Amino acid sequence: MPTALLVEQLLNGLQAGMTLFLMAAGLTLVFGVMGLINLAHGSLYMVGAFAAAAVAAATGSFLLALAAALAAGAIAGVVVEMVVIRRLYDRDHLDQVLATFALILIFSEGTRWVFGSFPLQLDIPAWLAGPITLPGGIPYPLYRLTIIGIGLAVAIALWLLIERTRTGIRIRAGENDREMISALGVDISRLYTLVFALGAALAGLAGALVGAIQSVQVGMGEPVLILAFVVIVIGGIGSIRGALIGALLVGMTDTMGRILLPSLLATITDASMAASVGASLASMSVYILMAVVLVWRPSGLFGAAT
Amino acid sequence: MSREAFVNAAILLALLAVPLWALANDEPFTITLATRAAILALAGVGLNVALGLGGLVSLGHAVFFGIGGYAMGVLASHAQSYDPIMEAPFLIEGTKSMPIIWIAALVTSAIAALGIGALSLRTSGVYFIMITLAFGQMAYYFAIGWPAYGGEDGLSIYVRNGFPGLNTLDPIQFFAIAYTLLLLALLLVWRLSKSPFGLALNAARQSAARVETAGIRPYTLRLTAFVISGALTGLAGALFADLNRFVSPSMLSWQTSGEIMVFIILGGVGRLCAPVAGAGMFVLLEHWLGGTGEFWHIWLGAILLFVVLFARGGLIGALAGRGRTDG
Repeated sequence: MPTALLVEQLLNGLQAGMTLFLMAAGLTLVFGVMGLINLAHGSLYMVGAFAAAAVAAATGSFLLALAAALAAGAIAGVVVEMVVIRRLYDRDHLDQVLATFALILIFSEGTRWVFGSFPLQLDIPAWLAGPITLPGGIPYPLYRLTIIGIGLAVAIALWLLIERTRTGIRIRAGENDREMISALGVDISRLYTLVFALGAALAGLAGALVGAIQSVQVGMGEPVLILAFVVIVIGGIGSIRGALIGALLVGMTDTMGRILLPSLLATITDASMAASVGASLASMSVYILMAVVLVWRPSGLFGAAT
Repeated sequence: MSREAFVNAAILLALLAVPLWALANDEPFTITLATRAAILALAGVGLNVALGLGGLVSLGHAVFFGIGGYAMGVLASHAQSYDPIMEAPFLIEGTKSMPIIWIAALVTSAIAALGIGALSLRTSGVYFIMITLAFGQMAYYFAIGWPAYGGEDGLSIYVRNGFPGLNTLDPIQFFAIAYTLLLLALLLVWRLSKSPFGLALNAARQSAARVETAGIRPYTLRLTAFVISGALTGLAGALFADLNRFVSPSMLSWQTSGEIMVFIILGGVGRLCAPVAGAGMFVLLEHWLGGTGEFWHIWLGAILLFVVLFARGGLIGALAGRGRTDG
């Protein structure tokens, strides 16, 4: 395989990993701090994408669209947390799964009601549209490079937030012992709303960023949600570092599998067979990766042993 | 007779009475709706072995439902094209006989449940939920990318499969088959829950450490329950595919897993007949609300949310009062 193509695919894998990280970070924080499994995280991703598409269509500004995605994610997160999620912290996982499944139904049909069933278009702005030439003369889309940059920036900001600020100390304390920190005078329910809104805003941002590459449509969130679950299962639930490493592993496996498996199979069977079986194997590859990690470490790479 | 037993009998009789009434009034579509409810209830009864008895929140039971469906689709499509599935090392031909298809569905989904369960049960709690969900997604993508049996488009069967001595094309006779299998499955699960195995499984759900102290491995109990659970859901999948004469990857989708779980919560967690009550409610809602417009899922979501947040006992809890209190 030529080097240029390989570098391009590696960067694509990195970009896929970074968008997954934006999703997985929120999920893993919400689970780590509140002990809540949130299936509706994919709906927040969709809300972000639709908000971005609507604002971009109205104003023509991509930056405003991204801001709208962040805001819409955060607002939807706060509302959902205060109306529904708050009642679920003390419930068992079954109730959490079912209630957030119900939220998916409501969000998806509600969005279909407002925006219709046709996909919306969110265009990459002109100033990010072209290819850029990397060292070595390899052309690569600037927009995808921007996504990688945003993902890195978010990872660093989250790390600073959690390790270096007072809020971060509270979040970490909340993970360890929620009774203790509320006894010490921290408003735990406000902290929970804040963490949930933060995760929701990141999901909304991810939705908008990916929406400009793919189409913005109802149901776009769930495949990403399930991949994000795979990410945090691999990385270890509750660990931001695990989410980052897991996201990069999953993004790389998925992207490289799609490229390498069909051509590998082509050496042993005929071309059309290799293309279809290879594609189907490639989409299974991340789940196989997950199974392998679990057999090796049942609590994920960075998870605390249960 | 306890109040819950009375409610259970009433639910089962209602499910029988509706198609009989429809037969008398010549409304075959209502019979088909009742058949659909009975088959979905059977899928829920399967999941309830893992969820209700074992406390295993599996969000991947669509895998077994879909495998049962594809067992039917593969066998029947080979039979209708007179093309054997394999010739070497030994001949396997397709079949249009329901009993053989059921056995194939039970066996293949049990094997799948054994594999998935053996891996997933190494973990617990929220990991288990996510892993079963991920395995479901893996099977879904495999079916989409599997061109030999229709891929994304699915697989159609021209004529419903046969059962010796019955005319399965007659709606009421096909209903009778589905209803009988549902009753048999309920009987099995009821016997199971009273057996030493069921009692140990129930104990492991409440406190795995105590069961282990008594010298029983919770892992083996749970894996056994998961396999039985998967096999029953697989049988339901074969019937469901036969009802529609169609099988497609959507039977394997994660929404299907969620819906099967919804039956149980609508009926009431921890109740023997919860899946029957829940599937009946689901089919009714789907039929009534589906008629009011294309956005009926929003109402389903609202009802589900209400039941989870405020009415945990579900329908049977509301009718029969408090059941077991251990949650």
